[in-house]
Amino acid sequence: MGSTSSTLLKIPNAEVLMQETGFSPAHIIRLHDRFKALDKEGRGYLCPQDFGAIKELAMNPIGDRIIGAFFSPGKETVDFSTFVKILAHFRPVDKDRPKEPNSPEPINSRSNKLKFAFQLYDQDKDGKISRDELLKVLRAMLGMQVTEEQLESIADRTIQEADLDRDEAISFEEFRKSLEKVNIDHKMSIRFLR
Amino acid sequence: MEGAWEIAFVFFQVWLSVIVGLIMLPAMFGVSLGFTDIYIKVLVKILEWATLRIQRGQKEQPTLPSQSANGIIEKDDGSMEEEIGELRRSHPKNLAGGDFTLCDAFYFCKKGIENIVEDQVTQRFTSEELASWNLLTRTNNNFCYISLRLTIIWGLGVFIRYCILLPLRITLAVIGLSWLVIGTTLVGLLPSSNVKNWLSDLVHITCYRICARGLSATIHYHNKENRPKKGGICVANHTSPIDIVILANDGCYAMVGQVHGGLMGVIQRSIVRSCPHVWFERSEMKDRHAVAKRLKDHIADKNKLPILIFPEGTCINNTSVMMFKKGSFEIGGTIYPVAIKYDPQFGDAFWNSAKYNMVSYLLRMMTSWAIVCNVWYLPPMTRQDGEDAVQFANRVKSAIAHQGGLVDLSWDGGLKREKVKESLKEEQQKMYSSMIVGSDFFEASVGPA
Repeated sequence: MGSTSSTLLKIPNAEVLMQETGFSPAHIIRLHDRFKALDKEGRGYLCPQDFGAIKELAMNPIGDRIIGAFFSPGKETVDFSTFVKILAHFRPVDKDRPKEPNSPEPINSRSNKLKFAFQLYDQDKDGKISRDELLKVLRAMLGMQVTEEQLESIADRTIQEADLDRDEAISFEEFRKSLEKVNIDHKMSIRFLR
Repeated sequence: MEGAWEIAFVFFQVWLSVIVGLIMLPAMFGVSLGFTDIYIKVLVKILEWATLRIQRGQKEQPTLPSQSANGIIEKDDGSMEEEIGELRRSHPKNLAGGDFTLCDAFYFCKKGIENIVEDQVTQRFTSEELASWNLLTRTNNNFCYISLRLTIIWGLGVFIRYCILLPLRITLAVIGLSWLVIGTTLVGLLPSSNVKNWLSDLVHITCYRICARGLSATIHYHNKENRPKKGGICVANHTSPIDIVILANDGCYAMVGQVHGGLMGVIQRSIVRSCPHVWFERSEMKDRHAVAKRLKDHIADKNKLPILIFPEGTCINNTSVMMFKKGSFEIGGTIYPVAIKYDPQFGDAFWNSAKYNMVSYLLRMMTSWAIVCNVWYLPPMTRQDGEDAVQFANRVKSAIAHQGGLVDLSWDGGLKREKVKESLKEEQQKMYSSMIVGSDFFEASVGPA
């Protein structure tokens, strides 16, 4: 039996969250229900094992990295606020939002979506995707299906294409430039119903 | 003081005679006095009114989110190839060495996030969400005060369910089960004969009918001409232990299961005296050949009742059918598939064994409005030439899912408790690598490592 759902009042900082993320009240409530469903022991926060229990995520080749994106460096738990803010990256871009000059960039902007994807590659967060990091991701996505040589060849070619300043690594700007024609809004967004 | 006791005694006698006369006896003879039908009709009208009232209330208060039984997100149904293909369309293609692009990771990332928000498997192990509230506290999602009338009706509902229906149902259940134990033990004393079989069937059916009344169960059977026959195997989708009561109301089956202790054990030991059921010790269950042999022997004897098996192996929440374990389909014999679909409006039949033990589950059943379900008997199936047990199992599963309007999933119900196998991840990796590294990638033969 699903646990009783929360009204907006029971969710801490709901107003602030809606402001910052752009989720509607209905979405916040649904996400809170999901958060509680994943938090099987009702501790009020999630740990990596709770994510690991999602079966389809467990079979995703880069599932571990996606889970890791929820946990800031050094932190072992994710509270609801952080959970929602990370998921906010995947809200479709608001096309009708007026461009106020001094307001902070929304979490789901094209740039922030790219940053999210970038950090999946750049695990040591030094702002560059090194050859090693690229190899690790390729190994994760391809598993045992290719040889080390094939992997290295692919990595070298990718860096060669994208690396414009010849420093043997892909910076965020180079990453962005290499993907400028990709429809980020469509491919890195999840369409929430209602 | 004594006056009070006398009154209580008289009350108890009246109560018992009402139960026996108006409920038990008709149930035993399969006759319906129509009370349950009227009850269900009234209930349907009230719930319809409640739904309209809630919808009106939601329009007036826009901050109230309405229920959505369709899920939170809209998913793309494209295959990995289609999706990644689209991603790359805008990227200049370089065929020189392998077909990887940085944006490929987006596909996996998006899938992963979609699964975090909503996944196909976890939701099958919790109760189905209703499109609109059915006036039970337990399905009370986002309950906000809407109107006085609604609250009064809800309050009345609580009173009726807990103070009138619950004692009634508990009494019936106790009578039903005791009669089952006593009756089958008595029948078991008789020597084997046709009379014994006939009496055993009679005792079983009447007890299950009384138990069904004990749950206010209204069952609609469809296609009775396909009812399982002796020497066959009946397979059905599994939602709760009540499935057995539901099916046994319309026919006699040989049960299969593990030996339990306690009350279950008492029931098991007594019913096996009157007709053969197949009970396994825990240690025997591990030996698949021994299990298969016993089942084969049972169905080889054409005088024995059809075996009832739930191939999913665990309770699923009645919105989908999960992987059927192939063991039952390897034995041979005719399979009689049965689809069971409960109507969640009247009561949620799903047993979430992680959350509720058997007793609290039964109490929840008895304090719901009613159990309403449809049972479809499907035409018998046998394994065809060239079909292995797994394919046969999937064929039967699809037929059941299709008839019952359930989603046909190939996930293993055992995932409720176990981890995902590595092989599933490898399949994903294989699919992706076939897009990156075509067969003519390297001149030297470097196949998959």
